Formats: sequence, C-alpha cells, structure tokens
Amino acid sequence: MTSISLNVNGKSHDLEIEDNTLLVTALREHLGLTGTHVGCDTSQCGCCVVRLNGESVKSCTTLAIQANGGKVLTVEGLSVNGELHPLQKAFKDNHALQCGFCTPGMLMSALDLIESHEQVLTPEVVRHQMEGNLCRCTGYHNIVKAIVQASKDMKSSSLS
Amino acid sequence: MYPTKYHKANSLQEAFELYKSSQDASFLSGGHTLLPVMKQGLAAPSDLIDLSFIDELRGIEVTPQTVVISSMTRHMEVASNNDVIRAVPCLAALAGSIGDRQVRFKGTIGGSLANNDPAADYTAGFLGLGGHVETNLRSIAAEEFFVSMFQTALKPGEIIKRVHLSIPKSAGYAKFRAAAARYSMVGVFVARTELGTRVAVTGAGQSGVYREKSLEAALNQNFDATSLEGIQISSQDLIEDMHASSLYRANLIKVLAKHAVLNMGGIVNLK
Repeated sequence: MTSISLNVNGKSHDLEIEDNTLLVTALREHLGLTGTHVGCDTSQCGCCVVRLNGESVKSCTTLAIQANGGKVLTVEGLSVNGELHPLQKAFKDNHALQCGFCTPGMLMSALDLIESHEQVLTPEVVRHQMEGNLCRCTGYHNIVKAIVQASKDMKSSSLS
Repeated sequence: MYPTKYHKANSLQEAFELYKSSQDASFLSGGHTLLPVMKQGLAAPSDLIDLSFIDELRGIEVTPQTVVISSMTRHMEVASNNDVIRAVPCLAALAGSIGDRQVRFKGTIGGSLANNDPAADYTAGFLGLGGHVETNLRSIAAEEFFVSMFQTALKPGEIIKRVHLSIPKSAGYAKFRAAAARYSMVGVFVARTELGTRVAVTGAGQSGVYREKSLEAALNQNFDATSLEGIQISSQDLIEDMHASSLYRANLIKVLAKHAVLNMGGIVNLK
C-alpha cells in the first residue's frame, strides 16, 4: 500500500492505495464519489472524465498515484450550495441528457473546453473537441446546444 | 490489472538506474496505451517508471532546419505551439488530430514513437519528415528506428530524449479513421524536402509504418495529384482486419496520398 494525497473538490484527502489503483476507483470506491462513471473502461467513451489540475483526463486511464498531490474536480464539485452550475443549468434547460449516464463526463470535458477558450464556443469547435465523449442515447444535438449556451452564459457573466 | 510498483523518476539517470534494478519494468509516459493493455492483462510489468515528470524531457525548440521535440511533450503542446505551427503547420495539425482532447492532454511524442503502434499518426509524421531520435545512449535515424509492428530499435532501458524532425519545404497529412476507436485505418504523410518527396504510410503495413516508394517516385517526377492516377499499390503486405480488407487499404493509400498532395500545409481528417 502507498499513501497519496488528493485534493478533491476543494477538500484534502489522504488515501492508502495499491499502486495499480485507477483514479476512478479511488474516487468511487475509496471516497464514495460515484458521480464519475465507468462506461467502457477502455479509454473510448469519456464517461469517467474528471479535471486534474485543470485539464480534463480520463480517470479510468490514469493511476491514482499519478495524480498524487494534484487537484481533482469531479461532477460533485460543480454545484455550490445546491445551486446548479451554469453548465448543469444549460444541460437541464436544453434537455441535454436522456439516460444521463454520459452526463458527468460530458460536463467535465465541456467545462475544461469552455474555460480554455476565450471566445464563445461555436458548435463546430464543440463537436470536434468533445469527440472523446460518447452518448449512447445519441443525444448529441442538445448536448452541443447546451455547451454553446453555457459558454455564452459563462462568458457574459464573467464580463458583467 | 496485475500488481505493479510505481516509481516517479525525477531525472533521466534515475529512470535508467530504476530500470536496471527492476525485474521487468516498463517506462510510463501518458499511459494511454500501456494502462489499457495492463488492464486487459496483456502486460504485467513488475515496475512502472513514470518519465512524465522529468523536466529535461519536456519542451520544444525550432531551429531553421529542425523541429526538436522533447519526448515527454504532449500532443496538446505540439498542436498549440506557435513555432511548430509556423515551421511545419501540418505537424501541429497532426498532433491536434490524435485521439481526442483527453488523449492529447496525456499522450506524448516519445511514448507514441516508442510504442510504434501500427495505426499511430506520429510514426508517419516522423518517418515522413525524416530526422532522428536522440536517446540516453545514441542517435537513431528515422529510417532505422521502426523495426516492425510494436517494435523499435530501442534497446531495453533506452529512453528517447528528443525527437529531431527535419523541416520540409511543405508537408501534408491525410487519414481515414476507424469510426469507434478513432485510430487511423490508414494515414498518408507527404513531405517535399530538398532531397525529394517522402511518403510515409501508417495503419496499413503489416510491419508498421513504411515509405511507399512508388508514390514517392511518381511525385518526384511531377508533384501533382494526377500523377498518382495510374499507380497500383500492392495489397500483399497490407493489414487485413475487421475494419477493412487489404485491398481496401491499398486503394485508400492512393486516395489519401492525393488528398495530402492537394492539401499541403494542413491535414485532411476523413471519417
């Protein structure tokens, strides 16, 4: 067993893990944060995406020990005091989730995308940059609409 | 995944020492090939030596003749580097087309070349541009580097430090991706250099990436997509799998070479 420390959603945790423990396993099974999903477990679907030190990564293809000392943001860290994050609100308003299984990964990828672009996102950029997130309900149109909407809302609120 | 012991190497020397003192170690870079393979139980290294925190293995330098990319430089960094975009725009675009955004945050040029996946993009870029890799032991020319599918000239414990890529007069890359996995079913990299045209093909050869001399000869005669019309690529040594037959791939090589020639300076990403 190896000791690591992770800051998850602003809270520090010391964990005892095996070296081969995946980040997603540490989040779900050691910390009980089951919002991050395991879809394909082969790095293709993006359901397990979390932000690690600001970048969006596949937590099923990252060892927890590789994230040692890092800052992790999961879907549980998005809403503040029960109020939906603007991105979550845009997903709700645009009916951008059907079964909802892919949604946590979609949200974390999209947040990284919005925050790393100064401009409001275009549907083309969203479609290209979100290609690592699969929705098996095939609800892509509304997902793209929601992310574009959220990028508008978030840019205008950061200006005001 | 079988048990393994993780080591974070802080220097090249430390990584090399760790390797020598381990029973059956693997170097770990972005991990987006190695970890899935370990999860499937197809690889079970006793030790993982993480190279990605070694400062001397990161960074990009562009000189008048070469683009020098340190091995742990991630695809995202190459894709967005203004010096690379100016010197070889097609190389930056190639890096920006690998896998998906999350893969590009983790994957590195050194990891991709050392793994020599038969469907990788960087292998075609490296062999197409020409140049050499600088390791902790020696320098290896692009032509000598790729031995066979998943095999390179790297010796056990040898680590790529930097990849030196020759800057061409112009270059183009066209690929056709397998729908779900997003790997290149076939990719063709075309570079016009002072010494003639180089055409590297990935995704198709049974021995991995290779140079298609018939296309090079035709383009050296006349650098125009029409000069590729009459050429028949043999399907004999090409991959046949669930995605495509070898005949389909043979045709695709020619089609993609035309796309590359018609779009020099960028990439064509068909899916």
